[in-house]
Amino acid sequence: MTAYLLRRFISLSLSLVAASLVIFLVMEAVPGDPASFMMGINADPAAVAALREQLGLNEPLPLRYLGWVAGLLQGDFGVSYTYRVPVSELIAERVMISLPLTLYALALSTLIAFPAGILAAARRNSATDLSVMGATQLGVAIPNFWFAMILVLVFAINLRWFSAGGFPGWDAGILAAMKSLTLPAIALALPQASILARVMRSSLIDTLDEDFMRTARAKGLSRSQALRRHALRNALIPVLTIIGLQFSFLLAGGIIIENVFYLPGLGRLVFQAITQRDLIVVRSVVILLVFAVIVVTFLVDLAYAAADPRLRRRR
Amino acid sequence: MSALTISNLRVDIRGKTVLHDIDMTLEPGKILGVVGESGSGKSMTALSVMQLLPRGSRWSGEISVAGNDLALMDEPALCQMRGRDVGMIFQEPMTALNPVQNIGDQVAETVRVHNGASRREAMTIAREMLDRVGLPAENFPLDRFPHDLSGGQRQRVVIAQAIALRPKILIADEPTTALDVTTQAQILDLLKQLVRDEDMGLMLITHDLAVVAGLADTIAILKDGEVVEAGATHSVFRGMRHPYTRALFSASAHVPARKRGPEPAKTPVLSVADVVRDYAQPRRNLFAKRPPFRAVDHVGFEIFHGENVGLVGESGCGKSTLARAVLALDPLQGGEIRLNGHVFSSAGDGPHPELRARMQVVFQDPYGSFNPRHRVRRLVTEPFHLVKSSLRGADLERRIDRALTEVGLSSSDADKYIHEFSGGQRQRIAIARALIIEPALIVLDEAVSALDVSIRAQILDLLAGLSDRLDLSYLFISHDLSVVRAITDRVLVMKAGQIVEQGATESIFENPQHPYTRKLVAATPSLEAALAGGRTGHEERINP
Amino acid sequence: MRGDHSEHSFVRTAIGHPAFVTGFVLSALFVALALISFVWTPFDPTRLAISNKLQSPSPQHWLGTDHFGRDMLSMIMVGARVSIAVAFVAVGIGMIIGVPLGLYAAARRGSLIDEIIMRGNDLVFAFPSLLLAIMITAVFGPGAVNAIIAIGIFNIPVFARLARGAALSLWTRDFILAARVAGKGRTRISAEHILPNIANLLIVQGTIQFSLAILAEAALAYVGLGAQPPLPSWGRMLADAQTLISLAPHMALIPGFAIIITVLGLNLMGDGLRDLFDPKLRRGRG
Repeated sequence: MTAYLLRRFISLSLSLVAASLVIFLVMEAVPGDPASFMMGINADPAAVAALREQLGLNEPLPLRYLGWVAGLLQGDFGVSYTYRVPVSELIAERVMISLPLTLYALALSTLIAFPAGILAAARRNSATDLSVMGATQLGVAIPNFWFAMILVLVFAINLRWFSAGGFPGWDAGILAAMKSLTLPAIALALPQASILARVMRSSLIDTLDEDFMRTARAKGLSRSQALRRHALRNALIPVLTIIGLQFSFLLAGGIIIENVFYLPGLGRLVFQAITQRDLIVVRSVVILLVFAVIVVTFLVDLAYAAADPRLRRRR
Repeated sequence: MSALTISNLRVDIRGKTVLHDIDMTLEPGKILGVVGESGSGKSMTALSVMQLLPRGSRWSGEISVAGNDLALMDEPALCQMRGRDVGMIFQEPMTALNPVQNIGDQVAETVRVHNGASRREAMTIAREMLDRVGLPAENFPLDRFPHDLSGGQRQRVVIAQAIALRPKILIADEPTTALDVTTQAQILDLLKQLVRDEDMGLMLITHDLAVVAGLADTIAILKDGEVVEAGATHSVFRGMRHPYTRALFSASAHVPARKRGPEPAKTPVLSVADVVRDYAQPRRNLFAKRPPFRAVDHVGFEIFHGENVGLVGESGCGKSTLARAVLALDPLQGGEIRLNGHVFSSAGDGPHPELRARMQVVFQDPYGSFNPRHRVRRLVTEPFHLVKSSLRGADLERRIDRALTEVGLSSSDADKYIHEFSGGQRQRIAIARALIIEPALIVLDEAVSALDVSIRAQILDLLAGLSDRLDLSYLFISHDLSVVRAITDRVLVMKAGQIVEQGATESIFENPQHPYTRKLVAATPSLEAALAGGRTGHEERINP
Repeated sequence: MRGDHSEHSFVRTAIGHPAFVTGFVLSALFVALALISFVWTPFDPTRLAISNKLQSPSPQHWLGTDHFGRDMLSMIMVGARVSIAVAFVAVGIGMIIGVPLGLYAAARRGSLIDEIIMRGNDLVFAFPSLLLAIMITAVFGPGAVNAIIAIGIFNIPVFARLARGAALSLWTRDFILAARVAGKGRTRISAEHILPNIANLLIVQGTIQFSLAILAEAALAYVGLGAQPPLPSWGRMLADAQTLISLAPHMALIPGFAIIITVLGLNLMGDGLRDLFDPKLRRGRG
């Protein structure tokens, strides 16, 4: 098992290195001079030269890459050009909104999808199954940012149950903060829950057709006992992969949803940085999110090893 | 009281009747053999007793287990019946166990679900049962997972689950079909012993007459959902009143007539010298690379003109790897293969197209051997790719025609798709594809293993006839010794990548020299031996 | 797919499959709208008429007007063109590059090339697709072409993986071995035996990717990184609607329904095709 995890760890670390290289090179591919790109057309040449110096653009490419990575390893993402503060500070503040939002949405998605998928699979081809599948078919087709707008219209503007946007800060108390994240989390979670429910259903149906399910029934287990004791854990193995992928979708989807709800998270930061051409911030947020996705992939691998003894071959 | 009585059982699945008027009884401590070809309804009979028929099925008639009528039981009562009164063993041990649960828990579950025993008590019984089926604690602790076990060991775990509560009836549906012969013999022995010790009734379902012949007290022969003949094994075997019983027997013991023998010559058709095949193994960890696995270890043999050579061995012995190497589908790590004296392949070098055309192949699976999107015409002419001067028009048509009629199909079949044919017909098409280019040698890799006995007999006849008429040599690879015995002149016995014994077929079977060959021959159920031995065994029991 | 006589029965089975028919009709509706928009729209979708702004649907403006008084139906029609074109090209890029890569990797299983292709795929998967798109458009500027590239890049590994996985299982099949015994090379086998047998799978995945691409394009346009004004696009129509949602909900509802119906149609069609291509289910139906 350790060999498996070590192998995965090294492979994922290599992905991270490759990803950092790609991000670095894409940012380098900015047409023209990054410094003048960032300062606009009418910039003072002296200011551009100063920025070049500050960005280290006068050094050779490999050296700059290594310098950037060395900085990242110490938590130093560089200094934002527009805000004039270390990017790490900006990000730390914003992560406190984006990460809870993503986890909230992931929890909702799982809590909705599992019962729905299991119910549909257990009553395959029944009216329940058909309606669950119909609902998920619709859920998959709804763009989350549009759904967010409709939620605002119904629950914030018409019913006034929630505020239409903004974030009171964690100082205002966990409940108030969570309440302001609720509509965004629902908007993010619903389409993902639909996908997850469909995967759960088909994975469970495949498992129900396995030979060992017939063995379980032959031992005297009832249909629901066999489902609980034998089918669920086996069906979960492919579902884990999807949950891992969803984390990355939710993280990226959050970028857009934050804009609908005016949440000061990483998404808002990225879009402000794009309009202000603050490439250092864009680059930092992207590498951070890729890092998060890779960490989650590794966690999924861990969960795999826990769920599937076949991966634990060597004890 | 009988352990199991089935009378007038009829089962319909979505309006189609799959079983009609089945009558069977099974006494405690006895073995009932249920024999039939695929589609005869033998598995449906078992599933009716378990009340685990597929969705959309309806049944009528009477099934009573230890005097209890199943028709009067509701689902909770049936759950109580399954596992406690009736245990069941399935064909495919590789998939019959839950891969994510250890074997102790799986065996203990039978106990826990029925009498609410504590986990500890159930585990004690599980341990007892695993010991009982030959999986002792020192090598098979309760926390082992199925993927650690071989097929035979897994089948033992399934048996342990089934007998954990000492049920009155054990149903075994083709319990040894997926296993090697030596493992099969051990599992059959275990079942026989359990029946005797526990006074259980065993319903043994199989397609293999030889298996039941040596084991069953009574026998029921099924065809198309009906019992065509039933009774005490010896009287059924002696009488053979029903024509289907006779047909089944003659097909099972079929030896195709061969007119010509091999013609020894200077240059053999195929000469395999010192062939080595290695496989890379996955790394054990990042730093230690594992040495490659040697699947074929310095193997050498020859096949002469018109000679049929058998290659036998158990799964994992390297016979399929050897077949692929002979066909030059995989590169050799050592040695040389010559065809009619020319180098066909050697380490680091594949065959010349013209030479490749002289060797063709027929695979096991009649369903996977053809591209489903092509018509038979295109399927059988694929080997012409190898010949530069390709045939066209009328010449090509004549060749297709000849190949198809040669294997007993008609020329109009050329325009059909493969899904329009049965398994046996598909194997004929596979043979036509091999024949069309007039090869010197055909490799038959388990070519009749997936077929029912009656179809198998026909294909064996076809192969023998073709060999006579067209001067073909065969390399006949099979795990089934009785088939190899029927069709080959000479046989090679393979174990762990090496050929441990080779010689004329009859002398190998009559007088095996190598201990492994002896073990294989002894483990192979033989219909004739069972008939002879079974009779005396029976008489012994009657007159002690 | 399977020659004339069974092709006929394929069409007949397809007509009897309600999900497929619904999906096909819905998707075809929007393709038709997009095509018609080249020759005719009720109004000029870019013409501003402030006096007419924020009208609800009426006999004159079937779907109402937006905050600049532009005709919503005309905008939806031209927007369909943009959505479909972006999705089509992006999925096309994914297929044309991804499928050969996957086939090649499968034919040379375990080789260095296979390893490089698969690790490259992992790398693209490590970037959330939307993030990749945002990064590309941030650097190279917003616009339909960059949106296509950004979405297309993410489609490459999807098709490469699918093709490789399906091809690998085919390579172990006996009919491929038979073709090798017949002396055919890997490239020829890939083209002649593998590709036709995975085509169904690719078509089904293609419709699903198509719907995902439409969603991705809408999201990019919504945040201002898709097609640029004055070209109308569904995503930007939603962005415009956001501040006016309590005043003119139809501005948000109509483009949203357009996206949902198109995506739903494509997904239903994909599911239907999967059923229709599945020989087990087909036999069951027939």
